[in-house]
Amino acid sequence: MAELKVLLAGADEHDLTQLDEYRAIGGYQSVAKARAMTPDDLIAELSQANLRGRGGAGFPMGRKASLIDRKSPKPKYLVVNADESEPGAFKDREVLARVPHRLIEGCLIAAHAIESTDVFIYIRGEYLTEYEILAAAVEQAREAGISGDVTITVHRGAGAYICGEETALLESLEGKRGQPRPRPPFPPIQGLYAAPTQINNVCTIATVPVILEEGAEAFTKTGVPSSPGTAIFSVSGNVVRPGNYELELGTPMRELLYEHAGGIADGRELKAVIPGGSSVPALTPDQIDVPLDYDSLGALGTFFGAASLIVVDDRCCMVQLAIRSTKFYAHESCGKCTPCRVGTRWMVQILESIENGTGTHADLDLLDSVGDNILGKVLCALGEFAVYPVASYLRHWRDEFVAHVEQGGCPFHGSSSLEGILAPSDMHAHTPAGEEALV
Amino acid sequence: MTSFYDEVQELRARYPEGSRSAALPALRLAQEKHGWLSREAIEETADALEVTPAFCYSVASFYDMLHLEPVGRHRIDVCTNLSCALSGARQVLEAFESELGIRAGETTPDGEITLRAVECLNGCGYANVVAVDDRYHEHVRAETVPEILRGIDGGT
Repeated sequence: MAELKVLLAGADEHDLTQLDEYRAIGGYQSVAKARAMTPDDLIAELSQANLRGRGGAGFPMGRKASLIDRKSPKPKYLVVNADESEPGAFKDREVLARVPHRLIEGCLIAAHAIESTDVFIYIRGEYLTEYEILAAAVEQAREAGISGDVTITVHRGAGAYICGEETALLESLEGKRGQPRPRPPFPPIQGLYAAPTQINNVCTIATVPVILEEGAEAFTKTGVPSSPGTAIFSVSGNVVRPGNYELELGTPMRELLYEHAGGIADGRELKAVIPGGSSVPALTPDQIDVPLDYDSLGALGTFFGAASLIVVDDRCCMVQLAIRSTKFYAHESCGKCTPCRVGTRWMVQILESIENGTGTHADLDLLDSVGDNILGKVLCALGEFAVYPVASYLRHWRDEFVAHVEQGGCPFHGSSSLEGILAPSDMHAHTPAGEEALV
Repeated sequence: MTSFYDEVQELRARYPEGSRSAALPALRLAQEKHGWLSREAIEETADALEVTPAFCYSVASFYDMLHLEPVGRHRIDVCTNLSCALSGARQVLEAFESELGIRAGETTPDGEITLRAVECLNGCGYANVVAVDDRYHEHVRAETVPEILRGIDGGT
């Protein structure tokens, strides 16, 4: 099946960062349509479309909007999560840089649904170019009077993966350290500035104008019934043509990897696919006929996540992959919950001992046990994101872990594609004198 | 010329009264002015935000893009997360280290360039990704490293 450009429609032919060009292809007609509807009818339309959150959790967007207490005397807030930081993901970036007005139109429609006049777009600090494009587009929409009484504020992060977690994002937006909040209360009840708040991913909000344009019923005819619509799939790693591909949900993973992305690079063999960004359990080559939708991936014990596929070929040592992945989550742990703060570091130590040949069979069980003691015992999903992939590598490639133990070192003998890769937590130059780094 | 204090008041006006939401933009502004967040910069920001320096320090210490130690006039951030790692990030980082004569995490002796390995910059499909003063360079290979260095104003 060919790509189906819905979110990215028109972006190849036009410069859609410009208001006139976006308008010339029918842009901002959906918001006019939405504003002619009552918020209740609009929410009903969005609910009927069954648009599932593209940030990772897959929660239906319409239902999220229905949870907002619109009768609250407090202001209602819409917050767009543009803190794209999941390793492997680069879909939001493409929307921000190429179709910013579609995102802004989605914001205005969603704001009308929850009777909000204050929208915040939290964009990760590293996305400087994308910030400039988005901020200019927001200004164009304001000057043209399209925004009406809605104020859209683009707020830049400053480098912290955890701020993509919705409550950490709210803390960061309030000017604090980005540490997750306990739930309940959930954001629709008490979110930003303790007021009712709807939080959605960039791609979720940018899909909203499409639903209004074609109607919820037509929208549900694309994709699969349980996950309608299209998604921008980010493919990276050892494939011939890495990049973003917008496809209908339910497209087989094999088709994405072998037809669109051109298959495995350099004539190598496929070893693993991490299907939703580095935080989800990996799949083995015999599992890649799975349709790319929330429920089908869920049935295999993994997640749709951020629709971001990292493809790993047979040159890669899975223990090294686990080390590099875990160092990331250890580095990004906010430190609030002990099981995550300490457990992720402990996992790195166990994995390093396995890799360097001092690990024992008992360490393999210890690794699982440390993971089990993080799962479900932390405030947010970051700790789980550290555990899920490693547990899956250990399950599917256990022989390789065992070989490390029995051979007293890495069976790749220095030829793994990840050999010697340096993680930021390995840099000691900035550690204050007399203080040892934690990892 | 608008003073730092006035610029911070403009930032504060974008957010509800009484909130501290202007903290990150104000700290970024202070960093742009001072190059890094020295004690003086933190105190100046705290004054303008009407919060304690301790609060500003606590916030600044949480975020990777806010520097509590001096950094070079230019910053080179090399992504070494999974997708870049699978695509030769080690060779790219080593090429920068050898061209600059420093290790990742260090600054050149003339104070011009700080080289860091960083976590995912989310350009995974365009590996290798290197950010020079927050501008992304994509499809970087060890062989193209000298060209990137030549493009840096005052580079070696």
